[in-house]
Amino acid sequence: MNVLVCVKRVPETGGRVTLTDDAQDIDTRFLGFTVSPHEECAVEEAVRIVGANGGAATVLTLGPEAATDQLRDAMAIGMDRAILLETDGRDWDPVATAAAIVDAVRAETEAGTTYDLLLFGNEAADSGDYQVAIRVAVALGLPCISGVKSLEIHDGVATARREAAGGWEVFEVPLPAVVSVREGINLPRYPSVPGRLRAKKKEIARSVPAPRPSGPTKLRLRLPAEQERSVEILGTGAEAAPAVVELLVRLGLVSA
Amino acid sequence: MILVFVEHDGLLPSRSSLEALTVAGRLAGSTGVPLEAILFGQDAAVVAVGLGAAGVATALTLSHESLDEYAPAAWGRSLGSLAAERGATVVLAAGSDRGNEVLAYASAMADAAMAANCTEITPGEPFLVTRQRWGGSLLEDARLDGSPRFLTIAEHAVEPETATAPTSVELIAVRPEPTAADLRVRVVGRVPPKAGLVSLADARVVVGGGRGVGADGFGQIEELAVLLGGAVGVSRVVTSAGWRPHAEQVGQTGTRIAPDLYIACGISGAIQHIVGCKAAKSILAINTDRDAPMMSKASYAVIGDLHQVVPAISAEIRRVTGR
Repeated sequence: MNVLVCVKRVPETGGRVTLTDDAQDIDTRFLGFTVSPHEECAVEEAVRIVGANGGAATVLTLGPEAATDQLRDAMAIGMDRAILLETDGRDWDPVATAAAIVDAVRAETEAGTTYDLLLFGNEAADSGDYQVAIRVAVALGLPCISGVKSLEIHDGVATARREAAGGWEVFEVPLPAVVSVREGINLPRYPSVPGRLRAKKKEIARSVPAPRPSGPTKLRLRLPAEQERSVEILGTGAEAAPAVVELLVRLGLVSA
Repeated sequence: MILVFVEHDGLLPSRSSLEALTVAGRLAGSTGVPLEAILFGQDAAVVAVGLGAAGVATALTLSHESLDEYAPAAWGRSLGSLAAERGATVVLAAGSDRGNEVLAYASAMADAAMAANCTEITPGEPFLVTRQRWGGSLLEDARLDGSPRFLTIAEHAVEPETATAPTSVELIAVRPEPTAADLRVRVVGRVPPKAGLVSLADARVVVGGGRGVGADGFGQIEELAVLLGGAVGVSRVVTSAGWRPHAEQVGQTGTRIAPDLYIACGISGAIQHIVGCKAAKSILAINTDRDAPMMSKASYAVIGDLHQVVPAISAEIRRVTGR
């Protein structure tokens, strides 16, 4: 059972973001980097699947040399090897990203490694394109289940569930398959110190894909207009309760 | 022609599809082209006849025993081929799970680009869109090329409107011919929602708890939610700590809520959380820190320890309602 997980290096934002002067990127001078939460879960899921079924788990990213940090993080929690599709660090659009991943998967096949399962995050935290996994599946002729929050692999069949209208939709596809997962499918483990040490010795295969811009074409980033809001302080501590309930009555949420 | 993929429950179009139709209707009006809709399922025609109010001139209804249940690849294939056949210049859907998924298939199969979660469209050459990044905390102005142009409309970006000139809808039933390969991916089973629970996405009131609630403090949050007939929502810190199930997470990687009132208890307000609750009509923040980012998003606030404030509110509701 070979599993490939695709991740993307993104800045670790928390409070306000500021943009670079050319409005092409977030100013990351004071930010750390991570991968999207959905992808952290994809990595964890791959480690569990390979742990239960045997085989190898590979992590792939399209990004700058610095993205090797995120590849090492993934290997520290148990991914066996990594592939870096190295770029100059500028954003690639989703069509071009998917095409580069497809080429990498085909190159792996030619080199003798075939994957039973390709895992993605449902959408990248930064660009939020909601399409890379599906494009890869369409190009490779594989079935794809998106937005998965529960995954079972049994006898060459993937059974996946995703949330829909408060309940669940169940899908079942034969392997090989593409699955994009959402945070909540598992609780990712933290890397251990021995895990970090082992990760340093693991292989990172590198190649430089040719850029092939397709679209959408990013022109500039901007911050949404902040709504001016004046906050009405209803009170302090437990004494504020009557004022809160008056508000609830006024909003029609409590009938006195 | 502008073609809109409309999601429905067998009776009515989804709210986010109505939002997408609103944007599509404006685009059709400003460019002088007709608006068409595509709907899947046995009851598609029932829903389609009502779309005249949204300005839809023609509705394509697709029903087939093997894709009446959701089958994203097959739906995307049908959508893409009908768009090509009928000469659609723009194919549009809601930025919902299904809208983004079906359009991703249709655009991938057509080898065309797709812009997800747009908030503005400026038609012409070049064709420009503004789309959400980081769940909407950042916007991207982008150029979208290709024919047709595939895009989805961010949920809650516009209020659904009815068309100024309602139309009568011409219904065209289309018999799709899905391939076995496309039908590998389809819903084979469903687990219904638990009875009696208010869904987070639809709740009129959401009582939210963050790190400040603590591992053992959620009884108070639940109690208030039950008294208000609402749902419990939590921040990412809470689900990552395993204190509450992920299904309750409000935010970029959880559920986007749009209640009348969001009561945020002990939630500092990281942007990943704010993007999940900014569609709330009002926010009441309960926090010891009057400088917490959540305060700048709130209409109302109580400064204080939620462990005292929340039970006091519950007690006051009981007193006022006599429960």
